[in-house]
Amino acid sequence: MKNRDAKRLTLILLFAPFALWIVLLILLPHIGMGVLSLREKVAPRVYEFGFDNYLDFFREPIYWHILSRTAGISIVVTFLALIIGFPVSYYIAKIAGPRSKGALFMFCLIPLWVSDLIRAFGWILLLRETGAISGILQWTGLVSQPVEFLYNDAAVIVGLVYTVMLFMIVPLTSTLEGMDDAMVEAGYNLGGNGFTVLRRIIIPYAMPGIVSGCIIVFMMTAGSYLTPVLLGGKYSSWFTQTIYDQFITRYNWESGAAFGFLLLIFTSLVVWIGLKLSGQSLSTTVARS
Amino acid sequence: MAMKSGNQAYLLGYRLYMAVFLIFLLAPLVAAGTFAFNDSVFPSLPWKGFTLDWFFGTSEPKLGMFHDRRLLQGLYYSFVIAVSVAALSVFIGTCNAFLFVRSSLPAKNFFYIIMVLPLVIPGVILGISILVLASTVANFFDDSYTIDLDFLRPGIVLVVLGQFSFVATITSLVITARLRKFDATMEEAAYNLGASQARVLWTVTLPYLRPAMIAAGIVAFLVSFENFNTTLFLVGSESPLTITMFDRMAKGGSTPVLNAVSFFLMLGSGILALVSVLVQRDKTVR
Repeated sequence: MKNRDAKRLTLILLFAPFALWIVLLILLPHIGMGVLSLREKVAPRVYEFGFDNYLDFFREPIYWHILSRTAGISIVVTFLALIIGFPVSYYIAKIAGPRSKGALFMFCLIPLWVSDLIRAFGWILLLRETGAISGILQWTGLVSQPVEFLYNDAAVIVGLVYTVMLFMIVPLTSTLEGMDDAMVEAGYNLGGNGFTVLRRIIIPYAMPGIVSGCIIVFMMTAGSYLTPVLLGGKYSSWFTQTIYDQFITRYNWESGAAFGFLLLIFTSLVVWIGLKLSGQSLSTTVARS
Repeated sequence: MAMKSGNQAYLLGYRLYMAVFLIFLLAPLVAAGTFAFNDSVFPSLPWKGFTLDWFFGTSEPKLGMFHDRRLLQGLYYSFVIAVSVAALSVFIGTCNAFLFVRSSLPAKNFFYIIMVLPLVIPGVILGISILVLASTVANFFDDSYTIDLDFLRPGIVLVVLGQFSFVATITSLVITARLRKFDATMEEAAYNLGASQARVLWTVTLPYLRPAMIAAGIVAFLVSFENFNTTLFLVGSESPLTITMFDRMAKGGSTPVLNAVSFFLMLGSGILALVSVLVQRDKTVR
């Protein structure tokens, strides 16, 4: 009996910090934000309950435009990260020898240890008009004048792909490492060419890794702030930037909270659709990595 | 191995692709680091010779980072914040590891998913939601009781709480993974030798977890140090380093002192990364 009481006490003591953390820092803040987003300002210091802040989003085409732009670029970034990262992961998991494998993997992780800010700063130094790439192009004589590569969508996409790349490579590599080489060889022996083997054997096998990589990358891209603002310039029209404007610049917290919720709902929706389409679940994908 | 049937040219092309990819990975880091040593007031080509002024220069226009008051202040605040976040997160991560591996918690899988959730909420949203709640509570106490709860206004405390809200998930995952691999016979042996529960925890289980706790602490420190999105909304007058650097970058036309800071930070995280790898290696020896 005493032992059971002690067990209960331990359970409560262990559960308390977890509960405090989740309730005070995750649950209550989101409820608070939800309540705030449903407050309408009818006069100074007078508020009413209603969905006006959300309706604003649908009434003003500019907000729609920015969210769909954010979503579109995020999908492009996710797709590019997958296309570029897949061969790299395959090389690390299947082609590299045991010694170079570890070194390559560590090498790929280096940017992860460096702050987002420094990575974006590095791209600014490379891409801007007085930057390294423009300088090298002039030096080789390919162009005669400085070229500005910064402050456009392509720069934002390059910077974002760079930032999220590792979160694609890590789950892909760990999935591919579990694949038996014999499966690929069997595919070849049965007369398949490289493309058929890739499409019918390797990709289906790597699907859980692909889905989890894509989900993490999409969430990170859609929720990013630093890279689009620094590489895209002041008017890069990223949705998180709109949220920042509402909160800090215009001090319109009610509509900022509503936009925050819209972003959260939207990204969750995309992730949910992705999971449904690929027949995976959140615990098999995100929790694994 | 799998590509044995492929020809040499194919493999060569593949290697070339990997080389290009690695250049892509390193290029911006090299650019951010090297210009710290360029003897010019702009972080750009042409190369004007080697200098250490951007670290140690004492006067404008070549004010080095170790004499730049605001950068040093930012570094100090970042350090204080990161140490607090790391300590809190390792503590709660260890509690969570025992909660999820050892205890008889009902609906464990459900709570586990809840625990992972903060990692998939965008950092911007975590920042504003905590800002909203803290301000609401602070306003309420101010209006109703005229008590000024200063720590709930944007500032270091809120920054720590905001970063902790998702860093705790990372440390929990790392420490939980380690505890899962624990061989229960080691504890049983200690019990058989007559050790009390507290003593077993202190002399067997916690030492086993120590490499994971140190590694998780280092990761938490770095993630906190580098965080921007969540911090942005919660920051008060005491700006951590990333915010100070961002303000200068967004204004543009900064001197290479920012490169010096970048180099310094890369060196710092490199050393910490190495330490965490060495600590983790301990695991295989055991």
